[in-house]
Amino acid sequence: MPMPAHPTAWKRKYPQSWVMSFMLQRRLAARIVMATLCLLSTQVPAQDHNPLAGNAKAAKAGEYEFRINCALCHGLGARGGGRGPDLTRAKKIHAHSDAEMFQTISNGIPGTAMPANGTNGQGVGMTDEEIWQIITYIRSVEVKAPAKPLGDAAHGKQLFYGDANCSLCHMVQGKGGRLGPDLSSVGGSRTREALIDAVRNPSRRLAWGLTEPTKEFPQEYETITAVTADGKQIKGVALNEDSFSVQVMDSAENIYLLEKDKLRSFQKSRESMMPKYNADVLSDKDLEDIVAYLVSQGAK
Amino acid sequence: MKSGDGHRSTLARTHALTWKSGPLRAALRALKKIAFRPCVSIFHELVRTFGMLWLVVTFGVYGVSACAQVTSDRLVNSGKEPQNWLTYSGDYSGKRFSTLDQITARNVRSLTAKWVFQIGATGKLETTPLVVDGVLYATGQDDRAFALDAHTGRPIWIYQHQLPSDIRPCCGRVNRGLAILGDKVFFGTLDAHVIALDAKTGNVVWDVIAADYRTGHSFTVAPLAVKDLIVIGVSGGEYGVRGFIDAYEADTGKRKWRFYTVPGPGEPGHETWEGNSWKVGGAPAWNTGTYDPATNQIFWPTGNPAPSNRGEGRAGDNLYSNSLLALNADTGKLNWYFQFTRHDEHDWDATQVPVLIDSGGKHLVAQANRNGFFYVLDRSTGKLISASAFGKETWSETKDSEGRPLAKKEASPTLAGHTVCPGALGTTNFMAPTYDPQTNLFYVSARDQCDIFSTAPQPYEAGHAYYGSAYFPSEDAEPYLGFLKAIDPATGEVKWKFQHTSPTWSGVLSTAGGLIFSGDAEGNFIAFDASSGKPLWHFQMGGAVYAAPIAFAVDGKEHLAIAAGSAIYAFALP
Repeated sequence: MPMPAHPTAWKRKYPQSWVMSFMLQRRLAARIVMATLCLLSTQVPAQDHNPLAGNAKAAKAGEYEFRINCALCHGLGARGGGRGPDLTRAKKIHAHSDAEMFQTISNGIPGTAMPANGTNGQGVGMTDEEIWQIITYIRSVEVKAPAKPLGDAAHGKQLFYGDANCSLCHMVQGKGGRLGPDLSSVGGSRTREALIDAVRNPSRRLAWGLTEPTKEFPQEYETITAVTADGKQIKGVALNEDSFSVQVMDSAENIYLLEKDKLRSFQKSRESMMPKYNADVLSDKDLEDIVAYLVSQGAK
Repeated sequence: MKSGDGHRSTLARTHALTWKSGPLRAALRALKKIAFRPCVSIFHELVRTFGMLWLVVTFGVYGVSACAQVTSDRLVNSGKEPQNWLTYSGDYSGKRFSTLDQITARNVRSLTAKWVFQIGATGKLETTPLVVDGVLYATGQDDRAFALDAHTGRPIWIYQHQLPSDIRPCCGRVNRGLAILGDKVFFGTLDAHVIALDAKTGNVVWDVIAADYRTGHSFTVAPLAVKDLIVIGVSGGEYGVRGFIDAYEADTGKRKWRFYTVPGPGEPGHETWEGNSWKVGGAPAWNTGTYDPATNQIFWPTGNPAPSNRGEGRAGDNLYSNSLLALNADTGKLNWYFQFTRHDEHDWDATQVPVLIDSGGKHLVAQANRNGFFYVLDRSTGKLISASAFGKETWSETKDSEGRPLAKKEASPTLAGHTVCPGALGTTNFMAPTYDPQTNLFYVSARDQCDIFSTAPQPYEAGHAYYGSAYFPSEDAEPYLGFLKAIDPATGEVKWKFQHTSPTWSGVLSTAGGLIFSGDAEGNFIAFDASSGKPLWHFQMGGAVYAAPIAFAVDGKEHLAIAAGSAIYAFALP
């Protein structure tokens, strides 16, 4: 049967003090009730250490919760996906302690694609207990960093800014080109395998739905070829696009703001502007050194 | 007391005093004739007699705002008052078609923003506004409801429902709108209340709790007012609720009937559930249905069985999940049902608006379903007439004797996961479609996306997420494609499609001006030529669209309204 409830209508139009005091009283009463409930219940409240740490059963439950809520971006097994970092790395950019990880999952990371719990529009909001289960799971699949880095980071840096020409298009810590993604933190968020694949096969998977730290929208680095009304040919990377306009950067780092219906021609391709680095252009050893450099920067 | 009573007695008194004076008597008789007729007739009579211009000059801007009572007759005859938008889909048939024709393919290029109302909250807006005699009613994030001056966008009242902190919305803190009847507006909340507000003040008239939010029940749907009842369907398929559709008396909030979308022991259909799985079987009813006054039937669609992506433990067809239900409006008794996806394991809720179409003497109901097929049924019997794919689908290869697409065995999710199209978000979703009786085409926002479906066994725990699976983008990382598609219900053929930059969550509106209106994920509000699909006009609103547009008129001028980002926008010709 339907039960009558207490109606509370707050109207902006009349912010009379009694309305406020009534609300404050309600809030205070609600807090007392909440506090009592917390004392009585067995629920896991938000706290600064993981009450389920090391609990194998919790880790298993967390694995399923992870699949349901996190794997869409972070991939199966937490090994990183198209837009979410690899979480099996022991060192994480945004969360070191369990408590920090709890905050990150609860509140999201502003300026990135990481949403606050329950707000991503698809998943279901998790309870505190479920978040702790997920943290327990992530800890259980973490791989400690190899004792010795596979490559030579110092040599990798030389290559990055030198012969390999990476810095013509990519920036690390404010130094380098602008056409491709900023790689300052990529070493901390992508697996070694993903980094190698991105260099060997740049078009296989564009920066799918990648959100740059300075942007609130995803950029996929698609290649745009356009001819303006006066015949100027433009080839560059899409900075953003909708059905009627496109913002493009060319390899000389010029920005073009184009209205599509005023163009003579417009083409979009998922063939990356980044050249394919085969082993005869960049040896496995050199590539490993560049990855070591990116990892050393990304883990900062 | 109804607000009309006072008016009536004052008039009667005046009438009595002047009973004997001839000219006054005649004038009063005329006045009485007008005063006691529904607003719509007055409006039409005045327009017919004096023309729209006279109406605007005489009554000024607010001339027709005096009529507050929205009778059920007005809802049945909503087509007679195109200046208003009285139900979620604009009329009972679900067509989301407006007979307003001032804005046309010729002049739409000069369409311009008239006003913007900022809600002042973040999160998605899925609301469809209502407009009644110059007042626009809508809902916002976190269950606020408000009334705006539809001429200016200025708020008249704002009501904020106080939500507990531990609500369980599956997919954002959203609300899709209100119903209006009499002098009240009605909406459901994320903590599973049904609330009636006074339409003039926003004061709470009644507030009832339909179910326990702590076990995952919530309301996001815009209710439907039918006769003296407010019909509303529950959300919570992701929490293993047992779905239901409720009808409340508009005056009192007393529940008149409830139809459980998962049959209990002894009821027909109960045998389609394994063991006790029916108790947490899902089949929510979270999108607004339609109504046929001629047969007094409500057509209400239902959502996925729970857990949404794992069929193990709930062997059987799982009635009445992913079905269209034809219910008697007075009693909530089931007349017929049609199940689109049996024993669903892909979260393909069939909660899309069932649109009532009459064609060649046939009474039909059409639905562009999340599973990728466009279905046409006979709405008297529920018998399938046709089912045609309108997007990329790989789950079905055969049809049963009736012509219903059947799932391949290999489409079931596995532990390792494999790719199925459409993905979990479906070929379409909650975004409202439109049917344009001038082109005889059905327009819908569609998506081509495949997902990897993988099982993740999960025990039921009250109030906890109950998916039983997970889905991810397919390995080949194909970009997701989004379209506006025009489907011919007679053949199931896609007549034209417009490709958006990315998939959109916007609903679609058709108008007698030969236009289709829709929004995109990049924040554009776009007018299309209804026949060709050519975009004719667009406006950048600065926020993604998750809502459906409406058309209405104030000052005798056609307007359009749509929610985008955290605001509601109104457009008109200059």
